[in-house]
Amino acid sequence: MTATQKRVIANRIVLTLSTLSAVIALGFLFWILGVLVMKGLSALNWNIFIFEGAPPGYAESGLRHALVGQAILIAMATAIGVPLGILAGTYLSEYGKNSKLAHTIRDISDIMMSAPSIVIGAFVYAVVVMPMGHFSAWAGAIALGIIMIPIILRTTDDMLQLVPGTLREAAFALGAPKYKVIMDVVYRGAKAGILTGILLGIARVGGETAPLLFTSFNDNFFTTNLNDAMPSLTVTMFNYAISPYEDWQQLGWAAAFILSMFILGLNILGRLVLLMSRSK
Amino acid sequence: MIDKIFFNMTRTSALLILFIVAWIFVVLFNHSTEAMHAFGLDFITQDEWAPNLEKFGAYAAIFGSVASTFLAMLLAVPVAIGVAIFLSEIAHDKIKGFFGVSVELLAAIPSVIYGMWGLFYFVPIIRDIFGGVGIGLLAAGIVLAIMILPFMAAVTRDAMNTTPDILKESAYALGGTQWDVIKDIIIPYAKAGIIGSLILALGRAIGETMAVTFVMGNVHHTPSSILDPTTSIPVTLANEFTEADSSLYFSSLFGLALTLLVMSFVVIAIAKFYFLRKVRNGQ
Repeated sequence: MTATQKRVIANRIVLTLSTLSAVIALGFLFWILGVLVMKGLSALNWNIFIFEGAPPGYAESGLRHALVGQAILIAMATAIGVPLGILAGTYLSEYGKNSKLAHTIRDISDIMMSAPSIVIGAFVYAVVVMPMGHFSAWAGAIALGIIMIPIILRTTDDMLQLVPGTLREAAFALGAPKYKVIMDVVYRGAKAGILTGILLGIARVGGETAPLLFTSFNDNFFTTNLNDAMPSLTVTMFNYAISPYEDWQQLGWAAAFILSMFILGLNILGRLVLLMSRSK
Repeated sequence: MIDKIFFNMTRTSALLILFIVAWIFVVLFNHSTEAMHAFGLDFITQDEWAPNLEKFGAYAAIFGSVASTFLAMLLAVPVAIGVAIFLSEIAHDKIKGFFGVSVELLAAIPSVIYGMWGLFYFVPIIRDIFGGVGIGLLAAGIVLAIMILPFMAAVTRDAMNTTPDILKESAYALGGTQWDVIKDIIIPYAKAGIIGSLILALGRAIGETMAVTFVMGNVHHTPSSILDPTTSIPVTLANEFTEADSSLYFSSLFGLALTLLVMSFVVIAIAKFYFLRKVRNGQ
């Protein structure tokens, strides 16, 4: 066998292996997706949106409590994470730029983005739940908010830097103060990018379970009391899935399906926003 | 005036990040001092975890974290590199777009769902093939591998894509096969980026809670085989935090949280500052 033939054969082997691994990877992932859709759709019915949690065996049990709780938690986390993230990102891009401080903040925030979310839960337990003496929606929202800040910060920083410097200079030349330049020119130019960042940030914290386990805890009943334990889709899903009751497991799959569709929807929406603004 | 206020608002928010991170370390450290005083180094070298006897040794949990992550990397790395090669070098543009987007969307699926799937669909398969209970280190490693695969493949592909086309084209012009180009051009060029991406995925896997909580077993015992149920740091935290009834128990759990944070911080920092910074500076 000549050297060329050897190389051609080695090439074929590698290409086959890597195509195979792509097929294996996607096979597993579509298996999971398939299970999620099949199980989720078969468990889905109107009762889920009408009724709240019930003991196993009751036909009239649903996820209304968890859906509303999840929405409340995400809304509160967004109210905490988005303004702080955008402001911090603005500082990095418009004031800090290449200073040492700005780079340190970027680095630390990047690490935080990948840090274990359950540790954030433990931290919030120590600083919010312990002083309060009980689990609360506040604690859950703060934990999610902390996780959200680095994500929003990163995208805001990146997106603001994409706004051309000449636009800023033009506004400065008209005598606008810096805050006005940032608010009216820079933010406007980076609107779509920031929005995408927010959507992806919400999608990311929406699927978090670990930081909620011991902050907002869980509740099997409908509540809007922010000082009390608050049900969430993710923790409900966890509790129902590890329970031995068939009907609770069914509800768990329904919750998994609803949550995944919500998160995938946000991801796709985020991409569309960015695509549409680019094609303009 | 408003200019000053706005500037201070943005700067305070930015500094808040540093403050929160420092605060997390301080709080976890303070809360774990009681356990550190009580056990010293035994905390990380002993594997007896007996809340009723007030004895807490975290070795089994630390071992479980390291072993499950190692197993997951062993399974995921070759596949992820294969997928990345497929996406960056083999696939047609149309397939590339489709695969690329679906891989990224799959990375967004909450990890709790991977855990549920593992418990209901994968654990029975392991039980049928290997016997035993099915729940354990092997199940955790496999579920973790599947969970980090999309992220790992996506970042590895991005690292490979940084190779300039002109280098690749020159190699093709010399008669190189695709494999020649991959092993002699792309991998040497993107080495730091690829390693950095893989380590970054490792950092995520160590701290992953929900995907493994379902399938690990939460048994505080250093496993003698990969089929044994065991525990990991996040699994212990998830299962026991709301059950802890003494201050020493709590303190030990905070000690675990601190250990986990330090482990993942170090791993992620190595990936970001050593390998990925090299990439940024090289360009």
